[in-house]
Amino acid sequence: MATIVDARGLSCPQPVLQAQKAIQQGDFPITVLVDTVTSRENVRRMAEKNGCQVQVQPVGDEFYLTLTPKT
Amino acid sequence: MKDNLTRFFASRLGIILVGAVIGILGPLLVKFGNPPNMGICVACFERDIAGALGLHRATAVQYIRPEIIGFVLGSLVAALLFREFKARAGSAPIVRFVLGAFAMIGALAFLGCPWRANFRLAGGDLTAIPALAGLVVGIWGGVLFLKRGYNLGRSQKTYPAVGWIMPLLMVGLLLLAIFQPVFTKDGPIFATAAGKGPGALHAALGVSLGIGLVIGFLAQRTRFCTMGAVRDVILMRDVHLLSGLLALLVAAFLTNLVLGQFNPGYTGQPIAHSNLLWNILGMMLAGLAYALAGGCPGRQLFLAGEGDGDSGIFVLGMITGAAFAHNFGLAASADKVVDGVVQVGGLTIPGMIAVILGLAVCLSIGFTMREKV
Repeated sequence: MATIVDARGLSCPQPVLQAQKAIQQGDFPITVLVDTVTSRENVRRMAEKNGCQVQVQPVGDEFYLTLTPKT
Repeated sequence: MKDNLTRFFASRLGIILVGAVIGILGPLLVKFGNPPNMGICVACFERDIAGALGLHRATAVQYIRPEIIGFVLGSLVAALLFREFKARAGSAPIVRFVLGAFAMIGALAFLGCPWRANFRLAGGDLTAIPALAGLVVGIWGGVLFLKRGYNLGRSQKTYPAVGWIMPLLMVGLLLLAIFQPVFTKDGPIFATAAGKGPGALHAALGVSLGIGLVIGFLAQRTRFCTMGAVRDVILMRDVHLLSGLLALLVAAFLTNLVLGQFNPGYTGQPIAHSNLLWNILGMMLAGLAYALAGGCPGRQLFLAGEGDGDSGIFVLGMITGAAFAHNFGLAASADKVVDGVVQVGGLTIPGMIAVILGLAVCLSIGFTMREKV
């Protein structure tokens, strides 16, 4: 199973809250779609704090963040 | 190079440094001529701009504050340089307008936004302590709504020109400030006469604009936000933004000490009143409105600078709220010292009703605009 969180167009803290909920549910890998650098940095900071590894892939002017548990 | 800078600004050290820089620049602006304990006050300065344009006619508070212009344009420059400028709009704009208007009414019940609350405290104004407590309660209320699914919906990516509207409005304001054109006899642009109120107290235009630009640039890079600072702690135990705000407070306090601008006391503080209840309730309203709108008044300006049309609407709501506040006598009056006796200022009855109404409206927005979680 994997989770996709589409947080594009949502302003903070919504993307962080949605990503946090997905982490708590634990269906890794989690892909978070965001469209601002602010959201990218905020989600990254929260995920790393919650023991995740974060890979960022820029797609056009959006970002796909892949969250996996840190091994 | 740019990536490294971005990483630095996103780091804990980055936000602390930027908070400290703002904390030093605020009291310096007072030294350079801004009103006491009002080096920077986003709410007060937008109110002054409303007055300069004649949207309200309170002659004591009329001046086109270049700091506000600098905040938006500094953020614009940063966003363009780092390729973060992105025009977006359409997340419940009318709600943001209403939130902006009531945020201003709440702020003017206290006589300051969260920025000034911190600068007032750093200058020794102890009335800022209960006001900040009110602010925290308001933000906490907003967090409860966020946890229950409150959200104003998605914004849409749109034409770049949409994102340029607020920056261009600011350029227009700057031209009005520089050239002071006369439109009608005794008409705008209005400016408070010397000695007739805080509107007459200001640093030189270039100084105010320059400092505004620097702060706008730095705040765009770091996402500095006085509301987010409190919200993130309550919502997710994240002290990142708070560390920046605390750095501001400490740096402003030390700068005030050095400049001889620290005068501790509770009553008779400059452009402040010591009416406990309405200081608390006013800032509670402001905090709730900022939390529901997703940013403090400064942050809304920075977002407007990077292309967020919804934040622009919030700013226009605040300016409109300021016009209402002064036209309808809703703004607080400051403590006065008459023959050595302090007369405690505060709100008129309509002002009190407006704050209560604002709280009711914000609560309704919080309760009715929720997705199921």
